[in-house]
Amino acid sequence: MYFESLDTLWHMAGHGSYVWSCYALFVVLLSINVWHAKGQKTKALRQAKAVARRNS
Amino acid sequence: MTQSSWRMPRWFHQMGSPKWFYDFSGKMQPWFAVLALLLLSWGMAWGLAFAPADYQQGNSFRIMYVHVPAAILSQSIFIGMAVAGAIGIVWKMKVAFMVARSCISIGASFTLIALLTGAIWGKPTWGAYWVWDARLTSTLVLLFLYAGVMALNQAITERQIAGKATAILAIVGTINIPIIKYSVEWWNTLHQASSFSLTQKPSMPAEMYMPLLLTVLGSYCLFVLVVLIRTRTQIIETQSHASWLMQHKDVSGA
Repeated sequence: MYFESLDTLWHMAGHGSYVWSCYALFVVLLSINVWHAKGQKTKALRQAKAVARRNS
Repeated sequence: MTQSSWRMPRWFHQMGSPKWFYDFSGKMQPWFAVLALLLLSWGMAWGLAFAPADYQQGNSFRIMYVHVPAAILSQSIFIGMAVAGAIGIVWKMKVAFMVARSCISIGASFTLIALLTGAIWGKPTWGAYWVWDARLTSTLVLLFLYAGVMALNQAITERQIAGKATAILAIVGTINIPIIKYSVEWWNTLHQASSFSLTQKPSMPAEMYMPLLLTVLGSYCLFVLVVLIRTRTQIIETQSHASWLMQHKDVSGA
């Protein structure tokens, strides 16, 4: 590891808040995208199953 | 040139079939999910904890490992959306319109990430979160273009017309992409030149460059994953009465 301890990794010589907030933004916004896409697919599948049940 | 030499390959027309696309993307989806997770985790951990600090910017340069992939993807996705839309118009392919529609939200998200992480990076580097710099302004215009494409797509209920309108706006909007790319050369800007190029040797050492390569590749895999999921969703919505879908194991459970 480049840093001597977890504490120096967290603070990054005063730049920790900038760096960690950017990584958090990246992970959170992209996770929301995947989660929302999967949620929409589950909803569409549920509706398709209901149509299939009605037609059977 | 004979007419037959212009004929598109078989796989191209196969992709236009909702059933074929649904089956094929179902097989591809887990691979892209695993690749995205592995590449992004590896690249981000390397960039955060193992890459050396920059001699000028110190540790704030680590923002590059999320900012640059987001900026690259924001532009690539917009081009991809325009290409898919153009294919939809030329070959009257419904699946292509669905792919274009699937690009909108993930493209807008990457643009928003690029703008926000750029603003945060700007504070320790330039002393300001925002400056009306050519690169920043043209990227903001890209976000507005995504918002316009999204609004247009949702305002028209008939999917085929919505697909065409979206495609035309996306194709016209691509004029902004070279403006973003060359803004740092055409105008005097605070923004630095590109950190990542396919044609030039990297200007930074391998231990700084490799994590960037991993996060860029991981972001592309994540983009493909989201587009596959969203396109499959649209296929389910539009084909819910088709017999092939009713008999498919995802719906019948068999």
